[in-house]
Amino acid sequence: MAQASLTNTGESLTRPDGWPGIVADWSSDQRAFKNVPWGKAMMWIFLVSDTFIFTCFLLSYMTVRISTTVPWPNPSEIFALEIGGENVPLLLIAIMTFILISSSGTMAMAVKFGYERNRKISALLMIATALFGATFVGMQAFEWTKLIVDDGVRPWGNPFGAAQFGSSFFMITGFHGLHVSIGVIFLIAIARKAWRGDFDHATPGFFTSRKGHYEAVEIMGLYWHFVDLVWVFIFAVFYLW
Amino acid sequence: MAHAEGQHTAGQHVEGQQHPIGIYFTVWGLLFVLSTFSYLVDYYHLQGYLRWTLILVFMMAKAGLIVAFFMHMRWERLALIYAILVPPVLVLIFVAIMTFESDYTFLTRGVFFAVGS
Repeated sequence: MAQASLTNTGESLTRPDGWPGIVADWSSDQRAFKNVPWGKAMMWIFLVSDTFIFTCFLLSYMTVRISTTVPWPNPSEIFALEIGGENVPLLLIAIMTFILISSSGTMAMAVKFGYERNRKISALLMIATALFGATFVGMQAFEWTKLIVDDGVRPWGNPFGAAQFGSSFFMITGFHGLHVSIGVIFLIAIARKAWRGDFDHATPGFFTSRKGHYEAVEIMGLYWHFVDLVWVFIFAVFYLW
Repeated sequence: MAHAEGQHTAGQHVEGQQHPIGIYFTVWGLLFVLSTFSYLVDYYHLQGYLRWTLILVFMMAKAGLIVAFFMHMRWERLALIYAILVPPVLVLIFVAIMTFESDYTFLTRGVFFAVGS
């Protein structure tokens, strides 16, 4: 086990590791997460609850897919792109996957440069992340348009097979797309704060009046990586199954 | 990890999660490679248990890389790691329950549609 990174939260830093560490951190009516700011702990807990929401969607999808007696539409053919008169299976989805992974890469680096107090590079990387995210949503809009207008897929039925395909697809990818869109908006807000130097000068936020700090960039990063993480699961169980 | 220990010896001036940028590029590259592999599973029309296994292995590998390195879980204390990661693992019980349930629904539907209403 590697040594945990330290954020100075005023706690004593000499604490046991491993299982004795769990016992020591959780026992006796104290704050359990010793070396993370509370905002970060709260973001993690929000992400766990969000995991449960997506789990419910993916499990409902699994349940209707197993229990239907009608053949399930083949996603490999439905999401194919025609390039030079040839159908390449699932190409659009593959490109969307690579775009989202790249956005996670730039976000991870934005966190690193933020903590190094390199505010301009950090802000630019966050803007790059937001652009990748906006591209992803744009491609999703294209995919939805193709499915709804050209193929006639509806939440209550489609020409390819089991009616549940439409409802699962629009619910799961729609909710994920909503997460990406919200992420893009917040990325722009955090990037603006970083660019202005709010995190260097501990400027109070206009809404919460909390002092600005670069941990905001890391918390933003946690949310963004989670969006990427959910896409990994959707890509595997919805598109590839 | 050497750099993590370096943080301790460097004293309290280093704040938050700071790791060499190479780690992020490596993970980024690995995620690209794994995504390509899972795409190729579909491209070459692999079927049956081979398809299931490969898709799930690539999925878990990608998820692990994102959580461990991009979300810095690898460098957190165990108290946080277990509090966050154990609840989603327990979801697997829910998955098992719903598999039984939907298999049962499928069987009764088969019987019902075969006999007729």
